[in-house]
Amino acid sequence: MGFSWDMDKGLEGLDHNFITGKLEDLVKWSRARSSWPATFGLACCALEMMGAGGAHYDLARFGMEVFRASPRQADIMIVAGRVSQKMAPVLRQIHDQMMEPKWVISMGVCASTGGMFNNYALVQGVDQIVPVDVYAPGCPPGPETLIHSINTLHELIQSGELTRRRESTGRGAGVQLEETAPT
Amino acid sequence: MPATESRGQTVLHPSRDELVKLVLDLRDDESFLVCVDLTAVDYLAYSAPRALPDGIAAERFEIVIGLLSHTRKERLRLRVQVPADDPTCPSLFDVHPGVEALEREVFDMFGIRFDGHPDLSRILMPEDWEGYPLRKDYPVGAIPVQFKGITDAR
Amino acid sequence: MPADSVTDEERFRTAEGSQEITSRKGAGAAELLRELGSVLRLSETEAQKLADEAPAEDQTMIINMGPQHPSTHGVLRLMLELDGETVLRCKPIIGYLHTGMEKTGETLTYLQGGTNVTRMDYASPLHNELAFSLATETLLGIQDDVPERAQWIRMLLVELNRISSHLLFLATNGMDIGAVGMMIYGWRDREETLRLLETITGLRMNHNFIRPGGVAADLPDGWRDEVLRVIDAIPPRLEEYDLLMTGQPIWRERLQGVGVLTQEEAQALGTTGPILRSTGVEWDLRRDMPYLFYDQLDFAVVVGSYGDCFDRYAIRLNEVRESIKLVHQILDRMPPGDYRIQDRKVTPPPRARIDESMEALIHHFKIFTEGFKVPPGETYRAIESPRGELGCYMVSDGGGRPYRMHIRGPSFVNLQTLPHMLRGGLIADAVAVISSADPIMGEVDR
Repeated sequence: MGFSWDMDKGLEGLDHNFITGKLEDLVKWSRARSSWPATFGLACCALEMMGAGGAHYDLARFGMEVFRASPRQADIMIVAGRVSQKMAPVLRQIHDQMMEPKWVISMGVCASTGGMFNNYALVQGVDQIVPVDVYAPGCPPGPETLIHSINTLHELIQSGELTRRRESTGRGAGVQLEETAPT
Repeated sequence: MPATESRGQTVLHPSRDELVKLVLDLRDDESFLVCVDLTAVDYLAYSAPRALPDGIAAERFEIVIGLLSHTRKERLRLRVQVPADDPTCPSLFDVHPGVEALEREVFDMFGIRFDGHPDLSRILMPEDWEGYPLRKDYPVGAIPVQFKGITDAR
Repeated sequence: MPADSVTDEERFRTAEGSQEITSRKGAGAAELLRELGSVLRLSETEAQKLADEAPAEDQTMIINMGPQHPSTHGVLRLMLELDGETVLRCKPIIGYLHTGMEKTGETLTYLQGGTNVTRMDYASPLHNELAFSLATETLLGIQDDVPERAQWIRMLLVELNRISSHLLFLATNGMDIGAVGMMIYGWRDREETLRLLETITGLRMNHNFIRPGGVAADLPDGWRDEVLRVIDAIPPRLEEYDLLMTGQPIWRERLQGVGVLTQEEAQALGTTGPILRSTGVEWDLRRDMPYLFYDQLDFAVVVGSYGDCFDRYAIRLNEVRESIKLVHQILDRMPPGDYRIQDRKVTPPPRARIDESMEALIHHFKIFTEGFKVPPGETYRAIESPRGELGCYMVSDGGGRPYRMHIRGPSFVNLQTLPHMLRGGLIADAVAVISSADPIMGEVDR
């Protein structure tokens, strides 16, 4: 079995055979199971995000109860809340500090599209600043919707669908949730 | 001091020059120790009569100050007229230091400068923002929303 | 350096400019006199003495805390000047959550205004709605005609919201000081109250339930048992939290004597709410300038004596107990009746009537498209929110939308106490102090 690895392309540069296929599955499985979120709670959605980490909705079963304050240690950035003009450069800076692989969940309508605040003060959707992988609608999305978006992201990571989508859009995967929990 | 009554609340109408002395006297003599609110209104597009007492000329901007007395359990409101061609007003910082952030917000949103404020800079908008958002001639900034690409009706 | 290369510093700098703290060169005796003197009424010689005692500029360090930081309770940025670990000066920089809500409020009708205002203080949204509704009702002139049941329902909801907001404070305060388990416990109890509010109002947060004229819907069947179930579960848990935190030596060491604010400072800075009460001033709008039917209810105003973080924590813990007492009284005294005023010009008619009556259809249409017209005037109504005096100053010009809607956010004014509370403390105390001030950036920045 020949083995060549173009390291510049990361895992995608592996010459695919049975062993590397299994290795890749293992890596994707572990990435999905242990993605740590960065604390980026801005407004009301942050309270629901903290509620998702609480005892009733328990993010710990997805390996995500450790919200890392340092972006260097985080994998997912859950933009929870409205992003104002002053906050936009800070958002970009924190996202840039995160190490690859990194994913972005845009939580709530204010982060996804500007929400009900279509005015001068807000960035109308964080996808103008960072590439978004999953959009979670709701104002605020309940913890169940957030968990659904996290599970969607995990499934995409594990199946490799995320990389395919990113390559096709050139930016983030941009998955919109089709159903949300009642809230 | 011209006074009016608005929905059961007393409102005084000092001029800009009388303002600081009045607030100082209210604090020292009448025990209005707390300034709860300082905000402004831009009357550019106001379509109803202004409800001002005689002798007070209506100007474009109005500074509204709310005072509270713990001992008398009373509120008092002051409305000061500020003209558009000279949007300045004396600062109340020396009388009530708690208006520092409130005056900065009025400056940020309306462009009214406060003489005597220690650090008059923008507080809510980025430092290099142009324009004063809450003025009536500043647009809301809404971007037109187009609903495209809806494939299935739910 | 070549003209077109951009340094990292320039690329990542946010446009703050003069909002940042000025270096000590600019902060001589005159500045200190300004900062401290106005509040403490220092004389010029005393201020000069303070300025002379301060360390030289090159011995101090200016660091930036936030806006993204696990302990700054939302997007608050603090610039601190430190001498070693001691905080000399502090300047809070806000505006990172500015949403233009007051401008948006001028484009929404009075019926829609609640959706906008409720997202300001997002930890206690019903309070914002209440202030807005009271101001609108005062302008309309119907403030005395709102049915009793509507007012009692409002009081019930507002007290439940106060409980959930203070539980949020206990959770985040505990976590910031180090009792990380408190986060889980506080959130567990808050979740129960949120579920209760969901059965009553339909939403967990940002309810848009208290509207001008009353409330949006009547209480659901079986509400009494639901409320009792939730309320009766809390006091034993508060005992647990007392055991976990109040008597514990580490907790006391970290909070007692930290972030002291004197009564004169608090009153000069316009502080309200638990921060003011911690300094010894017995002022609670529910008792001293009552609104709704608070004058018919019996509750105590919790007051501290030292003005430190421990007092603020204890005040909020005991306010939960007082609110539970209030809820019990409201449960006993809830009158029957309408849940909103029957004035068809203000309240939309019930949906069934729209099929039967042309007039009902027209009223419904007018209210939801143009909005009901409010007579010209201006008014200021204030309520006691968990953070202090939440006021709404509204100006109307006779149209269907407010001409100017200003919300006096208590946290906005309370944040001015931060420099005074942090002075002379350590950085670790900065975390405790910010947490005890309990700012919610949504109402700070609006």
